Amino acid sequence: MNKIAVKVDDLTVAYNYKPVLWDIDLEIPEGVLMAIVGPNGAGKSTLIKSILGILKPIAGSVSIYGKSYKKQRSLVAYVPQKGSVDWDFPTTALDVVMMGTYGSLGWIKRPGIKEKKSALEALEKVGMLPFKNRQISQLSGGQQQRIFLARALVQNASIYFMDEPFQGVDATTEIAIINILKELRKANKTVIVVHHDLQTVPEYFDWVTFLNVKKIATGPVKDIFNDDNLTKTYGINYKVSIQE
Amino acid sequence: MDVTEYIKLVFTDYTLRTITLGTAVLGAVCGMLGSFAVLRKQSLLGDAISHAALPGIAIAFLISGAKDSNVLLLGALVSGLIGTFWIRGIITKTHLKADTALGLILSLFFGFGMLLLTFIQKQPNANQAGLDKYLFGQAATLVESDVWLMATVTGICFVVLMLFWKEFKILLFDADYTKTLGFNTKFIDILITTFIVLAIVLGLQTVGVVLMSAMLLAPAAAARQWTNSLGIMIILAAIFGAFSGVFGTAISASQNNLSTGPIIVIIAGIFVIISFIFSPNRGLLFKQIRFIKNRRDLQLNKTLAFMHQIAKTHESISHPHTVKILNNFQGYTRSTLQQLVNKNYVKLEGNMWSLTEEGFTKASNLYNQQTSDNE
Repeated sequence: MNKIAVKVDDLTVAYNYKPVLWDIDLEIPEGVLMAIVGPNGAGKSTLIKSILGILKPIAGSVSIYGKSYKKQRSLVAYVPQKGSVDWDFPTTALDVVMMGTYGSLGWIKRPGIKEKKSALEALEKVGMLPFKNRQISQLSGGQQQRIFLARALVQNASIYFMDEPFQGVDATTEIAIINILKELRKANKTVIVVHHDLQTVPEYFDWVTFLNVKKIATGPVKDIFNDDNLTKTYGINYKVSIQE
Repeated sequence: MDVTEYIKLVFTDYTLRTITLGTAVLGAVCGMLGSFAVLRKQSLLGDAISHAALPGIAIAFLISGAKDSNVLLLGALVSGLIGTFWIRGIITKTHLKADTALGLILSLFFGFGMLLLTFIQKQPNANQAGLDKYLFGQAATLVESDVWLMATVTGICFVVLMLFWKEFKILLFDADYTKTLGFNTKFIDILITTFIVLAIVLGLQTVGVVLMSAMLLAPAAAARQWTNSLGIMIILAAIFGAFSGVFGTAISASQNNLSTGPIIVIIAGIFVIISFIFSPNRGLLFKQIRFIKNRRDLQLNKTLAFMHQIAKTHESISHPHTVKILNNFQGYTRSTLQQLVNKNYVKLEGNMWSLTEEGFTKASNLYNQQTSDNE
């Protein structure tokens, strides 16, 4: 059995009185490529944001390789939803990717040649090097998503959390992104992805978590990605659509 | 007073020099910090803060009983900050939206301030006259110490901006992500907001409670049109702000009795209008010109592609065809044909046209080229 990369205990999050996540226990082993699936409003993004300390849970704790997240921050990278920022912000693609180095730089210190070099490498990896000086509003949706991915790659983390990286991207970009994710897994990194397209789960991922406010199931795709769990999560019979 | 006379006066007349310097510095610092407000989509925050400062001025006067501008501004600062933190509190603690919170605090504080002002006016204290100048500002009351204060705050603000440049930038762009990198976003946020409040308070004496937010937003909105770099945007906003101050003062000084604050704001507004229309990338004018030009190019290409279709069916590409054949084709006009001739894509002999070698190659590459342009 692999080491446990992320461990979540009794996590409960609520907006007002309505629980969004209810008593989540979760163990994510090192080196898996995991999808979090569930219907809209199931708390998928909320789960990631609570693990990363962006949202404050009512109860529960999170540990990264056995220590609290705050101590292990440098091991974790985050790819937010593309729609969460204003892409008309006056900056360039390279500049956004450089932001990935800010964490290791700490306060006040500016990025230098070394940081620029790793940002360029990350841009190269996602195939965006020719666009490095583009203003970010002039990039297509798929290109913006790749820029976000590059920014996380620069962090050179062990665990990657991605919030719907395939949202609104075309087939070419989707393949490019999934190949990068698979490469990360090969390097024994742990990748956790909020995912919407159930059809591609068996093809892309080796681990899956079903979530609908409560955790329905978590485990290897080949063992638990079945009609039973899908029905429990989505509330309707998925038999037909998946077996097609 | 004509321009040369005025310029001479700026350098010789103490009062005019003080006011010009004061409004220039104020414009610069407001433009600088206004850029942050605009990019954070907190444009209305400035308006709320400046209105929230009014009761502070009144209360400071009631407590001190004197009209010392530093004491009054301190009062403005305190009540401006209280207003700001209440707004933040309402947004985070309740489920009201930001615009509701801003509107609420703005009108509540302003109403309370007006109430206090009318109360003060009924007092026998002879000092009270002129407190209402904080509503629309009066640049003429600026003295050297005010300008020094402004310059000091601007200097500190500039240093802090340079120090925390990277932190400011990333917070403006993506606050959640900034948090995951381990930065204390609350601290950065409070730093930015505090400086915005400071700048507003400094401007109250000159521009006044009501118009202050324009000082903050107009230069930044204008600057955004000209550049896609945050650094240049902030520098431009500072320059626009400073020029608004200088021009505004000049106009109000040369035209008797025109109050300075509103003129500065109008000048800043003119910067905005000019920027909206004439900036090369985002401006309306060039956008329209680009649109028309693209449409023309497309018409031309369509005609060329059509000719290519016809020419392809013949063995020799230079086989002549009658012009009539084109008449059924939309988008063809005499002038587009002439343009194609000018570009040496088409030869025209009498009523017959034929594609040139160049035109044929161009037409066959038309679609390939367009796809590679889009890459």
